[in-house]
Amino acid sequence: MRYESPQTVEAASALLAGEEGLARVLAGGTDLLVQMRSGMVEPDLIVDVKNIPAMTSITEENGGYRIGAAVPSAEMNEHEGLCALWPGVMEGADLIGSTQVQGRATMVGNLCNCGPAADSVPGMVAANAIATIIGPNGRRDVPVIDIPVAPGKSTLAKGELVESVFLPARPKRAGDAYLRFIPRTEMDIAVVGVGVSLELDDDGICTDARVGLGAVAIKVLLVEDAAKALIGSKLDDASLKKMAAATSAACKPINDKRGTIEFRTKVAGVLATRAAKIALERANTRASNGGEK
Amino acid sequence: MSGIHVSTKINGDAVEYVCDVEETLLDVLRDKLGMTGSKEGCASGDCGACSVTVDGRLTCSCLMLGAEAQGREIGTIEGVAKGTELHPVQQKILDNAALQCGVCTPGFVVAAKALLEKNPDPTETEIRYWLAGNLCRCTGYDKIIRAVMDAAAEMRGN
Repeated sequence: MRYESPQTVEAASALLAGEEGLARVLAGGTDLLVQMRSGMVEPDLIVDVKNIPAMTSITEENGGYRIGAAVPSAEMNEHEGLCALWPGVMEGADLIGSTQVQGRATMVGNLCNCGPAADSVPGMVAANAIATIIGPNGRRDVPVIDIPVAPGKSTLAKGELVESVFLPARPKRAGDAYLRFIPRTEMDIAVVGVGVSLELDDDGICTDARVGLGAVAIKVLLVEDAAKALIGSKLDDASLKKMAAATSAACKPINDKRGTIEFRTKVAGVLATRAAKIALERANTRASNGGEK
Repeated sequence: MSGIHVSTKINGDAVEYVCDVEETLLDVLRDKLGMTGSKEGCASGDCGACSVTVDGRLTCSCLMLGAEAQGREIGTIEGVAKGTELHPVQQKILDNAALQCGVCTPGFVVAAKALLEKNPDPTETEIRYWLAGNLCRCTGYDKIIRAVMDAAAEMRGN
């Protein structure tokens, strides 16, 4: 087993591309080290990306934020600008693991591990976050929704790694929220997770919406029919009911000890409704503060 | 590769060691440096007994490779007391009898100290959430939470 700690993303990509055996990116390591310990993976090469400035910083860009792939969740949740602009994405990331795990775990690690129940992913999907990928053929920007395929399986090619995630600017009456169901109060894996992002005009009519849905299919889903139910409405009860039904209809969950198919399907609609209401409240608060917070 | 040479700082002192890729920071602390205050409970980031700080941020030393400590500043339980003078969190854990077997205690002390440095006046709920990643199978937690609240009050000068 080799350990490398390159200084640039391009060097990291070259190392990953050049490795004949199994190569793994090490950002927070909260998944990788557990997988190594349990014998799930035995990499021939570990590429630590925490010494790459572009991957460890949060920078403002066109009114939005670019978050390096190795930035831990705790650091994001201490960033006032990020928490003000995308509170739903931040609260999703904030639910991953303990304080100790928060100090290391990254959203991009959560994304690239491709777990369907990854708490930070539905919020990013709802936010239409864009991942910047560096690989042997250069740079490409990909919506976050297009990265996971199935548990442990992504669309990243050999030699590719996510450098950063971009969360765009938003109009002043906009808000987002993430809610999950777990049987405990803390430190658990989502049985269902829903992220909702809304944009509204000055009359309070929803002009854009996105709903990300986790833990109820082989990968995190973008539920377009749920969004359609909200767009053009003022989020009245009838629209919310339609949105909840569309969210439930999109579920293709497994049956396991943490939740039955029926339960997960029903709860998805309930959580989507609640998350939409929180997102609406945040949008209105933000608008009344002139687009701040 | 024979080993990775690492230069780091632990509790303010410059430290150098050679480690294998697979070795965690916890392995290095305990087996190479003789710093056995950090405990191995689960080795999977669930129990918090191996809590340390890395550049001031609380983390599980079992979830970090020894190699990753290069150029960082590590804080362990061994650096919490100043000589024989206990940190208020340590003293209040004793005063409240907030330990039995003691295996989780170093992790709780490191985690609670990190909390109080960030938030000198936490609510009970904030303390409970902050310490959710520290498991104790003896005490039932209440005494530990009270100890942290007492330490916070003392450190604020109340």
